[in-house]
Amino acid sequence: MRNRITILLLAASLAVAACGDDAATTTAAATTEPAPSELVLMTHDSFAVSDGVLEAFTAETGIVVSVLQAGDAGTMLSQAILTKDDPIADVLYGIDNTFLSRALDEDLFLPYTSPRLDVVPGDLVLDAEHRVTPIDFGDVCLNYDKEAFASSGLPVPETLRNLADPRYDGTLVVEDPASSSPGLAFLLATIATFPEGGDYDWRDYWSDLAANDVLVTSGWEEAYYSSFSGGSGEGDRPLVVSYASSPPAEVYFADPPVEEAPTAVITDGCFRQIEFAGVLAGTAYPEAAGRLIDFLLSDTFQEDIPLTMFVFPASTEATLPPVFVDFATIPDHTATVDPAAIDAHREEWIEQWTDAVR
Amino acid sequence: MDRAVDRRRPLSRTRGSGRLGSVLLVAVPVMFLGYFFVYPVVTIIVTGLAPDGRLDLAPFGAVFGRPSLLGVAWFTLWQAIASTLLTLLVGLPGAYVLARYDFPGRRLVRAGVTIPFVLPTVVVGSAFLALLGPGGPLGVDLRRTVWAILIAHVFFNYAVVVRTVGSYWERLDPSLEQAARVLGANRWQTLREVTLPLLRPAIASAASIVFLFTFTSFGVILILGGLHHATIEVEIWRQATALLDFPVAAALAVLQLVGVSAILVAYSRYQQRRSHQFRLRSAATARRPTGWGARLVVAANLGFMAVLLGTPLLVLVYRSVRTPSGLGLAFYRGLTERTGSGLFVPPATAIGNSLRFALLATVLAVVVGLLASAVVAYRRGVAARTFDALLMLPLGTSAVTLGFGMLLALDVPVDLRTSLWLIPVAHSLVAIPFVVRTAVPVMRSIQQRLRDAAAVLGASPGRVWREVDLPLVARAGLVGAGFACAVSLGEFGATSFLALPTNPTLPTAIFRLLGQPGAATFGRAMALSTLLMLLTGLAVLLIERVRVGKLGEF
Repeated sequence: MRNRITILLLAASLAVAACGDDAATTTAAATTEPAPSELVLMTHDSFAVSDGVLEAFTAETGIVVSVLQAGDAGTMLSQAILTKDDPIADVLYGIDNTFLSRALDEDLFLPYTSPRLDVVPGDLVLDAEHRVTPIDFGDVCLNYDKEAFASSGLPVPETLRNLADPRYDGTLVVEDPASSSPGLAFLLATIATFPEGGDYDWRDYWSDLAANDVLVTSGWEEAYYSSFSGGSGEGDRPLVVSYASSPPAEVYFADPPVEEAPTAVITDGCFRQIEFAGVLAGTAYPEAAGRLIDFLLSDTFQEDIPLTMFVFPASTEATLPPVFVDFATIPDHTATVDPAAIDAHREEWIEQWTDAVR
Repeated sequence: MDRAVDRRRPLSRTRGSGRLGSVLLVAVPVMFLGYFFVYPVVTIIVTGLAPDGRLDLAPFGAVFGRPSLLGVAWFTLWQAIASTLLTLLVGLPGAYVLARYDFPGRRLVRAGVTIPFVLPTVVVGSAFLALLGPGGPLGVDLRRTVWAILIAHVFFNYAVVVRTVGSYWERLDPSLEQAARVLGANRWQTLREVTLPLLRPAIASAASIVFLFTFTSFGVILILGGLHHATIEVEIWRQATALLDFPVAAALAVLQLVGVSAILVAYSRYQQRRSHQFRLRSAATARRPTGWGARLVVAANLGFMAVLLGTPLLVLVYRSVRTPSGLGLAFYRGLTERTGSGLFVPPATAIGNSLRFALLATVLAVVVGLLASAVVAYRRGVAARTFDALLMLPLGTSAVTLGFGMLLALDVPVDLRTSLWLIPVAHSLVAIPFVVRTAVPVMRSIQQRLRDAAAVLGASPGRVWREVDLPLVARAGLVGAGFACAVSLGEFGATSFLALPTNPTLPTAIFRLLGQPGAATFGRAMALSTLLMLLTGLAVLLIERVRVGKLGEF
C-alpha cells in the first residue's frame, strides 16, 4: 500500500510536469499602461554598476530597477529564449553581436527607438528596426607583455599574419571559441581577416598557428592569469587574446599604483563586441521599459560603464575617465562579421577550427 | 537470507497514528524531489525534444551519429570509473587512519580534508596549472592530460571517501577483527575477509557519490583537460549556452540521465542485497597509535594528505600574501576598499550571504535527507529502490539541465523562478545524497535485536528510535550535514544557471574579482579564496561538535 503511494506521488509529479507547458499562458501587454513600481532588468554576470546610479532612474521616474543576473551572455540568452512566453524580466541588457541574430530570430524584443539614439555612432546600430539599442562596446584584441618583448629582442607583431611566422613559436595563448566569448571573437576576427575563398583562408592560418604551438585554454581566466606573462599573468606566453581595455585595468587595479601599463594592445585583428539592450516582448510595461533603455544611454549610466565593466560607453557624449584616456586604445579599424553569418555558421566554424588546431 | 528478521521495521509495526506519520515520512521527501527536481528536469527535456508539442527524436540521431559525441560519452564513463577507483585507493587508508587512530589535531584534519571540496574550480585550477606545469615540483608537464584531470578529481573527492567511510569505520566494533586475529588470521587476511566486507556498504556509498561527481565533472575538465577532453556535462553546457542548440542538449541530458540511472539502480540492488546487521558502536573506537608500525601508517597518511590536499591550497594562500612589496596582508586589507566600485563586494556581505544560504541548505538537506534515508533503509522492493536511485539522481544530473528546468517549470503554483529560495533548494538537492549515503548504511546495520530488546523492556517505538537509532544515525547525519554545508558554501549545482537577484556570495565575489586583469584583483580573489577555506574548515568543525541527544562523544 505504502509503496503504491510512493509511485502515485511520483506519477503525480510527472503528470504535473507533463502539463507544465499548458499552464504557462502569455499575458498580452495592456494597451493603456499603468506606471509600474518596479522594472526587472535581466543581464549577465559581468554586469556591474556603481551605487546610486540606478537610484537616479528611480528618482527621475519613481520606478525601482531590480537586477537579475543570469550567468554568461550565452546562458542569459538561452534563459530569455526559454522563458519568452512568460518572461522573467522587462528589459534585457548585455546581448552582443555574436548572439544578436539568434535573439532577433526568436522575436525576443519589441521595437523601440530611443530619443537618445542620436548620441550613438551609426556603425554600432546593427538592427534597423531598433529592436535592440547599443549600450556599450569592447574590442577583443591581442595584448602583449611589453617587458618580455623588450628583453627578448623579438619585434612586437603588427598584424595577425605575423603570428604565423615561426619566429613567434610558443608565444601565443588564445581561448577556446567553443567555451569562451573572447575566444569566439578572436576566431571571428581571423575569419574576417582571412576570409574563405582566398588561397590562404582562416583555416590555413589556424593550422599555421597550431604549428607555432598556439596554446588554447577554455576560458579567459586561465589564458590571462595562468598562461600570459604580462601584467598580473603568471604564465610564460607574451601574447594573449584579451580586451583593448585590459591595459587600463592593469593600471587601475595595480597595487601599489603604477605609472605605465605593463601590457599593450595590438590594433590589427580586433573584433568589436557590441552589447545591446532591448525591451522584452511580453513585458506588461513596454513604455516604462523604453524609459529604462533611455536611461541606459544617459550620461549618468554611460559614464559609469568604463570603470565598472571595463568596456566603452556607446554614447559619444559620455566623458571617459582619465585611466581610459591615457591607457585604452580604440582601434581605427575592427574586423566585422555579419551577425546573421555568425549565427548560421557558429557551430560549423568552431568544428573546423577544432580540426585545424588539433 | 539468514537475516530473517522482519525488515519492514520499525514503520510496519507502528499502527494508528503511526500510519499517518509513516505516510508523511514518505510524502515529504517525495514531494520535495518531485517538485524541485523531477518536474523541472522533465519539463526542460520535453521542451527541448518537443519544441512544438510534437516529439522529435532527430537530435538523438545527431548525438549517436557523430563520432565525437560518442567519444565524449565513452570518455565520461571511463574517466569517472578511473577517478572513483583512484580516489578509493588513496582515500581508504586515510579513512582508516582517521577512524581508528586518535592523535593530536585529528578533528582539525578531519575538518580540513573537506576544504578542497568547496573551492571554486577556477581558483584551484590556477594552482593546479602552476603545480602540474613544467616548472612545478613534479617536473613534468601534465597540463591538459588526463592525469591532471584524475589528480584533480582525487583532490576534490578525497574527503568523500575519508569522511563517509571513516564515520562508519569508526563505529565498527573492533571485536570481530580481534576475534579473527585471535583465530590466527594475519593483518592482511583480517582486512580482506573481515573488515572490508563489513565496510562494503560505506565504501559503495562513497564510491557512488564520487562516481556521480566525476561523471558530471565540468570545471576540472574545462580548465585542466584542454581541447581534447570533454564530458557529457561539458557538452550539454556548450550545446545549451554557447550554440543554443536545445534539442541536442536535451538529447545529451537524456543520455546522461539514462546512464546515471542504470548505474544507480544496479548500485541500489547491490546495496540492499549486501547490507548486514551487526554491532555498531555509538562511542568512537579510535585509540592512540602505539608501536612503530601504527605510527608509520598514521604519519604516511597524514603526509600524503599534506601533499595532495595541502600543496594546492598553500599555493593559493601564498598568492594571497605575495604582494608586490613582499609578503603581507595588503590584499586582505584591500578587500574592504572600494576601488572599482562595480567590483566591490564588502567581504562581510559575501560571508553573511554564503553562511545564510549554507545554513538553510544544510537544514533542508538534513531534514529531507534523514526522512528519505528512513524510507530507503527500512523498506524493500522496487519502489524503495527506485526512490533511492531518484535521491541520488540530482548528483548525476547536469547543472544546466536542472537550472534551466527550474527556470522553465517553477512558475506554478507560485512563481519561484527568480526567487533566492532556489539557492538553498538547489544546494540541498546536491547535498541530500550525502546525508542519505552516510545515514542509510548506519540505519541498515543497526541490529533489530537491540530494538527488540528495548521494546520488550517496555520502550515505546519513539523511545526505541530515540535511544537505539538516533545516537548512531545522528553521527551519520552530522557527517552529511558537514558535506551539505560545504556543498552550499562552494556553490555547487544549478545556481549558476538560474537568473537571480544580485546576491554576492564568496564564490561569486571571487569570480567577479577574477573577471578583470590586475594584480590587486587577482590577489584579492586569492585572499577571498583563503577566507572561504577558513570559513569552510570552521563550519565543518562546528557542525562536528554538535551534540545530539545523550551522545557524549563524537
